[in-house]
Amino acid sequence: MFKILGDTGEHLVVELDGDEVTVPAGVSVAAALLYLDRIPTRHSVVNGLPRAPYCMMGVCFECLIEVDGVVDQRACQLQVRAGQRLRRQLATSKVESA
Amino acid sequence: MPLQSRQNYDTLIVGGGLVGAAVACGIAATGAGVAVLDGGDRDFRASRGNFGLVWVQGKGADFPAYARLSGVAARQWADFSAELEDATGIDVGLQQTGGYDFCLTGDEWQQREWEMRQVALHTGGEFEYQMLDAAELRQRIPEVSGEVLGASYSAADGHVNPLYLLRALHQRMHDLGVNYAPGQVVQASRRHNDEYVVSTLQQDYRAAKLVFCAGLSNQRLCRDLDMHIPVQPLRGQLLITDRVPVFLPAATLQVRQTREGTLQIGDSHEDVGLDESTTLDVITRLAQRAVRIFPHLAAVRVNRAWGALRVMTPDGVPIYHQSAEHPGAYAISCHSGVTLAALHAREIANWICSGAQDSLIAPFSAERFNV
Repeated sequence: MFKILGDTGEHLVVELDGDEVTVPAGVSVAAALLYLDRIPTRHSVVNGLPRAPYCMMGVCFECLIEVDGVVDQRACQLQVRAGQRLRRQLATSKVESA
Repeated sequence: MPLQSRQNYDTLIVGGGLVGAAVACGIAATGAGVAVLDGGDRDFRASRGNFGLVWVQGKGADFPAYARLSGVAARQWADFSAELEDATGIDVGLQQTGGYDFCLTGDEWQQREWEMRQVALHTGGEFEYQMLDAAELRQRIPEVSGEVLGASYSAADGHVNPLYLLRALHQRMHDLGVNYAPGQVVQASRRHNDEYVVSTLQQDYRAAKLVFCAGLSNQRLCRDLDMHIPVQPLRGQLLITDRVPVFLPAATLQVRQTREGTLQIGDSHEDVGLDESTTLDVITRLAQRAVRIFPHLAAVRVNRAWGALRVMTPDGVPIYHQSAEHPGAYAISCHSGVTLAALHAREIANWICSGAQDSLIAPFSAERFNV
C-alpha cells in the first residue's frame, strides 16, 4: 500500500517478530512497518483493539513497539538500523509490558 | 472569529475556563443573552492543567456548608454528564465508582478518619465513607503495596477527562448562542447607571449583570467594583505515564488512570507564586510516592510532566459573592472546577439569574473574610 518516496535503493536487514526482513535504509521504524504492511503493529493493553502508526511525529503514541527488548518505544521516532530486533506488541505474542 | 456587532448583553462573564463556561451554559439555557470574555492561550489556566477528580471526601471538614455543597454537586454529576453528552455528543468520560485516598502513616490515617467523620456529621450522614485497613484495601486493589496502612473510601467520588469537559462546555455555550470572545485583555470594569461596562483592549462590552470567573485574575479585576476577592496561586505538578493495563477500579487522590490507560500522578501543592514550571525534586517525590503505593509502577515510563497554577482561597472554600454595593455584580472563585461543574451550570446560574438569596450558597460570600 505504501511506497518509499525518494528511494535510494539502499536496504538493510532487521529482525521483525523473529523473522529477518529487508527494509529501506534511512526510514523510521514506523515507516518500515507500513512499507512491509505489518499492520496492526500492536493491540491496545486497555481494550485489545488493533492499532497502527498514526501521527508519525511522536505525539499520538499509537505506534508503540518493542525494540531490542525494550517495550513501548515509539516506532515513528526511531530510525531502522541493521540487526535491530523489532517485536510487535500483539495480543497473541508475549508482551512483557508493565 | 468575527464578533457580533451587538455589545449589550443580559450577562457578561469574564473568564471562559471550567467555571465561566459552566455558568455561561446555565445562564444561556434560560434564554438570556450572554457573552464570555476569555483570555489568551498563554494565560494561566487551571482548567487545562487539571487532575480531573470529582471529589467529595474530606471537603468541608471545618466548613459545614462546603461539605453539603460538595455533596449536592457530586450527586448531580451522572445526570449532568448525560445531559452534556445528549446535547453535544461529547462523552466526558465520567467514571463515578468511588475514590480512594491512601494513608501511609498513622498520622495520616487519624487525620483522615477525623475529616471523614466531620463531613458525615455536617451532611447528616448523607456523605458515606469507609476506612479500609490494609487487608480490605488489597482485596479491592491487589496492586497496593504492603507499605500502605489503608485508605479512606467514598462511593460519591469519581473522575472525568477535564479537557473533554472543557470542550463539551464550550460546544454547549456555542450551541446556546453565547458570544464567546477569546484573547481579550480586560482593562477596567465600571458601573454606568443600570449597566456594567467592561473595557478590553479590543472594545467595550455592556450588560445588566457581570460575573467574574477569571481564576487568579479575580482579585485584580474585582477591585474595580469594590469586591475584595482574595485568591492565591497554588502550583500542582503532574506526571503522565505510558498507557498500561487498567488496574485501578476507581479514582484515587494520588494516581488517576484515564480511560485510555494513561496514569496521571499528582497530589503536590506548592505556594510558589506565578511560577508554573516543573521541578526535579517534586517530580521525584511524586514518582517515589506512587511507587511506594503501587510497586509495579517502578517499571512504567513517565512521558511528560507539567505544572499548573490552581486557584486557592484563604480557607480553601469556594467564593460565591454578590456585591452589596453593586447589585448584579458577582465573583466566583474556586479550586474544584470539575467537582462543582454541575452546580455551576445549575444552582449558581439560577442564583445569578434570579438575583435572590439562596441558603445553600449564602455562606460562601466573600464577606466572611472581612472580620
